[in-house]
Amino acid sequence: MTNSMAEIENNDVLFIIGSNTKENHPIVALKMIKAKRKGAKIIIADPRRVPMVRFADIWLQHKPGTDVALLNGMMHVIVKEGLIKKDFISSMTEGFDDEFRKNIDEYTPEAVSKITGVPAELIVKAARLYAGSDKAGIYYTMGITQHAHGTENVFSVANLALLTGNLGKESAGVNPLRGQNNVQGATDMGCISNSYPGYQRVTIPAIREKFEALWKVKLSDKEGLTATEMLPAAEKGVIKALYIMGENPIISDPDVAHTTKALKALDFLVVQDIFMTETAELADVVLPASSFAEKVGTFTNTERRVQRVRRAVNSPGSAMKDSLIIMELSKRMGYEMSYHHTVEIFREIGQAWPAMAGMSYARLEDGGLQWPCPTNDHPGTQFLFKGGFPRGKGRFSLVKYKQSVELTDKDYPFILTTGRQLFQYHTGSMTRRVKPINAVSPEAYVEINPEDAKRLAIVDGKQVKVSSRRGSIIAKARVSKWPNAGVIFIPFHFKEAAANVLTSSTSLDPLSKIPSFKVSAVRIEKA
Amino acid sequence: MANLTINGKQIIVPDGVTILDAARRNDIYIPTLCDDPRLEPHGGCRLCLIQVKGMPRPVTACTTPVTEGMEIETTNEQIERQRRTIVELLLSDHPNDCMICDKAGDCTLQELAYFYDIRSNRFVGERRQYTKKDQNPFIERDMEKCILCGKCVRVCDEIQGLGAIDVAGRGFTAKVSPAFEKDLNCEFCGQCVSICPTGALMGKQSVGKGRQKDVKEVETVCTYCGCGCNVTLHVSRNEVVRVTSRPDTINEGWLCVKGRFGYSFINIPARLTTPLIKKDGKFVPASWDEALDLIAEKLGAIKEKHGPDAIGGLSSARCTNEENYLFQKFIRAGIGTNNVDHCARY
Repeated sequence: MTNSMAEIENNDVLFIIGSNTKENHPIVALKMIKAKRKGAKIIIADPRRVPMVRFADIWLQHKPGTDVALLNGMMHVIVKEGLIKKDFISSMTEGFDDEFRKNIDEYTPEAVSKITGVPAELIVKAARLYAGSDKAGIYYTMGITQHAHGTENVFSVANLALLTGNLGKESAGVNPLRGQNNVQGATDMGCISNSYPGYQRVTIPAIREKFEALWKVKLSDKEGLTATEMLPAAEKGVIKALYIMGENPIISDPDVAHTTKALKALDFLVVQDIFMTETAELADVVLPASSFAEKVGTFTNTERRVQRVRRAVNSPGSAMKDSLIIMELSKRMGYEMSYHHTVEIFREIGQAWPAMAGMSYARLEDGGLQWPCPTNDHPGTQFLFKGGFPRGKGRFSLVKYKQSVELTDKDYPFILTTGRQLFQYHTGSMTRRVKPINAVSPEAYVEINPEDAKRLAIVDGKQVKVSSRRGSIIAKARVSKWPNAGVIFIPFHFKEAAANVLTSSTSLDPLSKIPSFKVSAVRIEKA
Repeated sequence: MANLTINGKQIIVPDGVTILDAARRNDIYIPTLCDDPRLEPHGGCRLCLIQVKGMPRPVTACTTPVTEGMEIETTNEQIERQRRTIVELLLSDHPNDCMICDKAGDCTLQELAYFYDIRSNRFVGERRQYTKKDQNPFIERDMEKCILCGKCVRVCDEIQGLGAIDVAGRGFTAKVSPAFEKDLNCEFCGQCVSICPTGALMGKQSVGKGRQKDVKEVETVCTYCGCGCNVTLHVSRNEVVRVTSRPDTINEGWLCVKGRFGYSFINIPARLTTPLIKKDGKFVPASWDEALDLIAEKLGAIKEKHGPDAIGGLSSARCTNEENYLFQKFIRAGIGTNNVDHCARY
């Protein structure tokens, strides 16, 4: 998030696109409801009637995968009606040129309405409302990113904010909501194939030399493979061994059959986890690790806030702290990493990444600190881009609407979109083992519009078979007005009817390599 | 800013705050059962009645804004007598089973009974009798212990935006209830449980697992989504028995169903407790030395034969920054490849 969670309640306008906030970020949603009670207006763009729609002033129910058209359409109105922030654009941005304008010019509300299915007047209304505010926040999640053109979706969102100057100030910004407790931190810490900690590229020699000095070893100058590339590489025999710590790709990754085949093709698989997950079952060695309640350290949340994690209980049996396991293994492989306490690792992180250099466990004691926090007396950064952007000027990106890679046809006429629901969490390795949670949310379901259900003689609560070009699953139908006709939704938490049996591992965003979980072509029939 | 006096003490507070707020800012105690600073003022329980010079009758501190020059008295014999009577009336229709109540030691009503030394009750009479029938798996509702302060109703409406419950009935038969007196079927966030001043609302999983005096509280961060809610783990005998959150946190003390009630996975027998090595398709328990030596040997051989880029590592968004840092350092510096990633895309 460029802003902080506490700033949400002071938004005048909230534009929530591709985020089922009330179910997936429940506490952020409470802050949105607080803003609403204080008089803010809420625009929601979502193909499903998500629970936050109840609080929305405008709901744009666009077809999955048409976000770029929708956003360009809003920008068309904003430019045409002279609602752009000229001062901000001229002083803070670049790329708002004739070519950009010409592109936007094509996306008239009427044309966009045809692509998205959203009435033209609603697009105009939403555009005016958003552009009319100088305290407007955009909130998005995987509904924007999990597409074969996810990066372009994000560029579009940024364009909209730049056009109206809603960036770089309090209660106005672009706010991706991170979906996992420390997904922000894992990325910050360099668990991404192209960067060391702090987004410092592995391919830049000066940076590599810095880390070679810090870690006292020669480092590879080649970018690594992303998670979505490692599995195909395993299938081809390029990757021979995988070490998986606290992940369950069998359930979370696209195309379960492909994931299984790839992991089985490995010469050697190590899984370090707290449960015998579906992925661990395929491992050659399984290592028992510690849960969040059993360790000391820090998590970084969606607003870049680094917070202390403290030990409450001891791990069961001979389960070990993940950090100790890694140190022990590294030592055995001839690279000694020796720390007496996690605080020593935290200090080294500060040496590796200036944005966390000013943090210490003592300073984090009381509520944590938001990066960047470069010095010991720095208060942390409540919102990003005050007075400028890291690259200098904010760049407009010319984005054209592209159809999703996977299109519906005669055989697979429905668009499947997957996601989470309120009660379960991710692959269910934790929540499905919590009895009361599993009591209220015991099984997968297929959300289908009443119109479609009637046409296909599908009855609420009865089993249906959903098939894609990858495979098929059977689950109960939930006849619901949440999705529009032609769209179905399946939560991906349930191994018995894993939604990812249906999704594609090959339609990836070319830049970010994210799978297009939000658009798969499927067929649905009575089971 | 407004100048006023409370109990003869000169204080200055911002305009528009309530008398209760002004008192709290200056560490002056006014008892209340229905107020929470995170909710709209309510004025239901009448415990915060105070006297303001020039006003004919006592007023509720929680709903009365301060004005310049106000002279306030928060305690005197008459006020305390009124408060004692209110608590006595509440207790006259209460099970008074503190000895077996999970809330004992953490109960505002119990504290007030202690404070006003209420041993006998002048108002003995009919008590409400309700059967506990709610089948929901999260929240125990004992309406006989409810004092109708309305906090649960208000938090559900004002904060959670849900309105799953309301006060049904009138007078003696009034009770907090879901629509048509059905079982609770809501988002189960448990904000109502967290805000209840008595034992009327409790987390079902916590019942019988130890009362407040027996738990150790540990402040940490939730393990689920990216909101980063601050949670307090209540630990008894190496088991997390309850999860709460403090109001002075980024999440203002509010949690969701997973954060508040999704903790029992920590302690269950299904946890992995020993390293396992697969032999002939079956997992066999192994020592740490055996398991780690085997991994080091296998990875070492693959690196030797196929180079470091034949090895990959997937790290975890569940794990800490320190662990993630170590993991990528191990893959990059220990193994020698940049094939390291995690589940940010899923």
